[in-house]
This record gives sequence, structure tokens and C-alpha cells, in this order.
Amino acid sequence: MARELTLRDAIKEGMTEEMRRDDTVFLMGEEVAEYNGAYKVSKGMLDEFGPKRVIDTPIAELGFAGIGVGAAMNGLRPIVEFMTWNFAVLAFDQIVNNAAKTLSQSAGDFNCPIVFRGPSGSAGQLAQQHSQSFEAWLANCPGLKVISCTDPADAKGLIKSAIRDDDPICVMESELLYGATGMVPDGEYLVPIGVAAVRQEGTDVTIVSFNKMMNVCMDAAKELEKENISAEIIDLRTIRPLDYDTIINSVKKTNRLIIVDESWPYAGISSEVAFGVQSKAFDYLDAPIIRLNAADVSLPYAPTLVEGYLPSPAKIVNAAKEIMYIKS
Amino acid sequence: MTELVKKKKKKEVEYSKETYLNWYEVMLRVRRFEERALMAYGQQKIRGFCHVYIGQEAIAAGLTSAIRPEDAVATAYRQHGLAVARGIPTSECMAELFGKETGVVKGKGGSMHFFSKEKRFFGGNGIVGAQIPIGTGIALAEQYKGTDNLCVTLFGDGAARQGALYESFNMAMTWKLPVLYICENNGYAMGTSVERTSNVTDLYKIGSAFDMPSEPVDGMSPEAVHEALEKAAAHIRSGKGPYYLEIKTYRYKGHSVSDPAKYRTKDELNEYKAVDPLKVTESKILDKKLATKEEIKAIKDKIKAEIDEAVRFAEESNYPDPSELYTDNYVQKDYPFLE
Ligand SMILES: Cc1ncc(C[n+]2csc(CCOP(=O)(O)OP(=O)(O)O)c2C)c(N)n1
Ligand SMILES: [Mg+2]
Repeated sequence: MARELTLRDAIKEGMTEEMRRDDTVFLMGEEVAEYNGAYKVSKGMLDEFGPKRVIDTPIAELGFAGIGVGAAMNGLRPIVEFMTWNFAVLAFDQIVNNAAKTLSQSAGDFNCPIVFRGPSGSAGQLAQQHSQSFEAWLANCPGLKVISCTDPADAKGLIKSAIRDDDPICVMESELLYGATGMVPDGEYLVPIGVAAVRQEGTDVTIVSFNKMMNVCMDAAKELEKENISAEIIDLRTIRPLDYDTIINSVKKTNRLIIVDESWPYAGISSEVAFGVQSKAFDYLDAPIIRLNAADVSLPYAPTLVEGYLPSPAKIVNAAKEIMYIKS
Repeated sequence: MTELVKKKKKKEVEYSKETYLNWYEVMLRVRRFEERALMAYGQQKIRGFCHVYIGQEAIAAGLTSAIRPEDAVATAYRQHGLAVARGIPTSECMAELFGKETGVVKGKGGSMHFFSKEKRFFGGNGIVGAQIPIGTGIALAEQYKGTDNLCVTLFGDGAARQGALYESFNMAMTWKLPVLYICENNGYAMGTSVERTSNVTDLYKIGSAFDMPSEPVDGMSPEAVHEALEKAAAHIRSGKGPYYLEIKTYRYKGHSVSDPAKYRTKDELNEYKAVDPLKVTESKILDKKLATKEEIKAIKDKIKAEIDEAVRFAEESNYPDPSELYTDNYVQKDYPFLE
């Protein structure tokens, strides 16, 4: 059986189940307890677990991220919520210099089983500082694993896997999609880290994406269908480690690849996927790989400037036609 | 309510009619501006985050009378009132909220990011506490250039818990930088009261760890704000280094437009509404016979017309051309952006 759940409730269920299962797991962050979460992801968790395990912090990202790292080194499994990943930039020192490196520095003596989570990506007219995607920044760093998935069922299974994982994990959610719903299975289940999902099978072109751009890709797929173009849509779900096998197998079938990635194009996830595919499946490609990213700029406020910033279904349809050599 | 606000001041310094009317006008301009912004937000003409200054206007008022136009100001996203007080025209501020090309930053920054080199306004920062070291650096540049100017660096009670504050206070004090730190303590950081964030709830005491002169100030009174700022500014200009004021104030609205503010009581809100700086100043002006009812009405009419005009200007202006997405990212004109 399955129920319809919002993304925020699915993530909450995942965290709640793990906290019931393992009393070393606790949640910490700004407004997570008494306010029930800035985006209500942790609604009701203070009531169930009390202030020892659902902890409101001051606005001090560097400090509480580091406190999480120390607690993880000393036997606990913290979940550190950032109100958004834009503010986690203050905590990058602890994530990158400590969480990611503890195992290596201690030659395996200490690990750091911690989950850093929060929404990533743009959310309308929030302007330069509140609109950034951080998958590429963190996936660049060895020692970290990065998850970015907005399908409610998978997000729940992945957060549970992340909490049980013995390595530090960054989980990217989406402010705009917390209220979006999906069918979530009843009962206990996990979704493995490092495995992509084929959301729609197709034969003409492979479209690879993640997080809220998945919805844009699914919309594009419907448009393409009207033009008799069959798209295979892959949701990466995990950004690091990347599931090259699923992508390569798809490209071997479709011979064409479009990558839709909300992060900036420079040195991004899209470059990584494109590099992997050309090196592992060069002979299967019938056209150059196309990537669609956010524009290579800081996102301003005005609606006319937001409009052109992100990939859209129309841009994906045009890209598909271009690599299929169809004149539009 | 804090003791400070309740306590009646012992000696009342006398201020001139001009000073009172200036404070009144500034506070009224800010209040009406913010009310219209909220209305426009309700009509979806303003989007994104929008944090208004209603309740905190006495700080804006004191800033206009105690600080020179050459002094710099750096603050956070709750900035409309301070920007208006620094002389950025309400029309440009409103157009910015509407995302129009005639806005103070061409519609690129929106509610959280106003900047004006001309008015020495160094922003509107959306990252809590980020302006604390930046304001300190602006002050370093003034010291370096040998000017007589200072940088007023404002931040919230929530921001006072960021590590950057402690690093900045230390360097500013060690290097005797001309910076006036102001904590606008409105009691809450989003839904978190000051009491829930620290053992130290008198935020002015943070300064003592650095031997920085620090004081609490009644932020509902333009007189108190003015006096404190004037004294602090004189100290700083004499070359003795930074000064820190914790100005105790209150926001009458939620944190942002989307916050219903359920974490505080009606009684608490009403206590602070009873000392509304705008209303108190208006009665004071009338009681002291500094102006007649007619003169007050003339100011109200003038401000109403100004804000009406600001809204009209914002509505009738154009959105920036989509090509503006690629301007102002680099000073280099032919920068090769990736496709
Ligand atoms: C580094 C960072 N963390 C979190 C946020 C989210 N946030 C925005 S405003 C705010 C509360 C700040 O409160 P305070 O400093 O008291 O200022 P006030 O809003 O009361 O003016 C928070 C947590 C942010 N913008 N930046
Ligand atoms: Mg505050």
C-alpha cells in the first residue's frame, strides 16, 4: 500500500523513523524545534522527541555544523538542518575541512556519520544570495556523499539511508517542492545511495537531471511525445557517487544525451556527466551532448530576469530536436 | 517589556521644533512606505522575501539627525526604513520592491538588497551577520584614507550570535577602527526570542569582552537614539575606536510577510504599540506646542502624496530588459560567459 505525502512530510517520516530506531540520532538547526521548521519539515518532532533530540540553535552555522561534526566523531549521528544551503556556506569550513577529512586524517580511526540537509536551488524572486545550487560545490570534495532528490518516496528512503550511512552526507532538498506530493510506500524501506532512477523509459534521447529540474524534464517529455520523440528520463538522485552505469546503459540505447542541471554550467555536475559519458560511451553517441544549466550569472530579483535564468521545457524540446537533427 | 523602555527618562533634553518635525516626518515616511509595500505584496506586485521596519522607525529617525551624510551605513535585509532615512528616494525604493528598472538597483536586488554609493548606503545583506565584518572593513578604508567618517554597522539580535561579530569586534577594537556597531534588538530572530539563543541576553554586554564602550538604548524613543548615536559618533571621531549600542526595539509585524508571528503574545505586542514612536512623537509635538494640528496634517498630506507618487512611479516603470541578466556580473565588459 502507499499513501500520498508531501516532500516535507516524507522527509520528516524518514527522520522520525530513524530517530525511533536509533537513539543516537538527533536533529539540530535554526527554528527546527519550537517553530516546527522554517519550512515545516520537522513539524511535530519536538513534541515526539523532546528538546534533547530536536534542538533549536542560534544563527551560528559555522558553530553548530562543527558541533555536529564533534558529536558525530564521538558516537552520535547528528542531522544538521540548514535553513537553506545558501547559509551553509558559512559552515563549509566544518563540512569540507573536517566532516569530509576526519576519516583520512585519523587513518580510519574516526569516522563522521553526519547528515547535513536543507533546500538548495532557486525559489522564484529571492535574488542573488538566496537562489544558489550547491550540489557541484560539495560533490567536488572527496569524503562527502551528495544526495539531491525531490521525489517524496525516494527522498524518504534516501534520508533513511543517509542517516544510517557511516560517512558524512549532504542532502539537497527544494524549497519550492516541499509541498509537492507523491505516492510513498507504507512500511519500512530504504533507497540505496549511489543509484539513479529511470523515471520514464524511452528510445530516442536520454535526459539526465535531478532535484526540481526533474519536473521540467517530465513536462518536456510530454511535449516531445506529441512530436513522436521518445525520451528516457533519468533522475540521478545521488550526485556523488554518480551512477554512471544507468546513464551509460541508457545512452547505449538512445545514442543521444541532454543533461538538465540547475547549477551553474562552469565546472558543474553537467560537465562531470558529459565527461563520463564521452569517455565510457564515445562510440555510441550520434550527436554532441547538450547541457542546459542555469545562466552563468548571479540571479537578480526582477521577474523578467528570473524568467530566462533556468532551463525550461521549451529549451529541452529544442535541444532534443537539435541533436536529433529535426528542423523546428 | 524591557526595563529600559518602561523607565521614564530623568532629564529631558530639549530639542528644537525642526528636529522634532524632522524625526516625525522620517518616521511617518518609513511607516507609510512600509504599509504600502505590504499592500502591494498582498497584490503580488512585490515578490520574494519582504521584511518591513514597522515599529523600529525611531532608529531611522535618530540616524538622520545624529550621523553625517558622509558617514557610511551597512545593514541587513530589514533595510527599507534605513535606506529611506539615508535619503534614497521612496520612489526608487518602491520601484526596487516592484522589480522595476527605475529601482535603486535597477530591479536587480529587490527588498533585501538596496545599495547607493551616492548616499553611502552599502547594502542590504541577506546573509545574517555578513555586514558586520563588511561594515568594519568600510571603516578600515575610512581610517586608511584619513577621513573623519565612520561606518554605522547595523545588525539584528539574531545576527549577534554569528561568529563573524566576535572576530570583527576584536579587530575593530585592536585597530581602533571608526565603526559604530548597532544591534537592533527587536526581541526575535524569526521565531526565536533572544532568551532562547544565549545565556547573555543583554546584548550590549558582548562589547565588554573586547573592552569596547557599549550601552543599551531605548529604541522606541528618537531622542534616546539620537543622544546615544551623537555621543558614540563623537567618541569614534576623536580616534578612540569603535562604539557599540544595543538599541532595544520591536517589530510590530512578523519576521517577513509570510510569518504569522505566533511565537509572541498579543499583550507583548500591545505593550510596545503603546510606546509607538510615531504616535508618541506626534503627541509630544502637539503637547509641547511645537506645531499645530494643521501643520501635522500638512506633513501627513505631504507624505501621503509622496508615497502615492512612489507607488505610481513603481507601477508605471518597466521591468528590466531580459538582457540585463548578463550585465553587472563583471566589470569587464566583454567577459566570456558560458552558454
Ligand atoms: C547566515 C544566515 N542564516 C540564516 C538565515 C535565515 N534568516 C534570515 S533572517 C533570520 C533572523 C535574523 O534575525 P535578527 O538578526 O534578529 O534580525 P531581524 O530579522 O529581527 O531584523 C534568519 C534566521 C540567513 N538569511 N542567513
Ligand atoms: Mg531580531
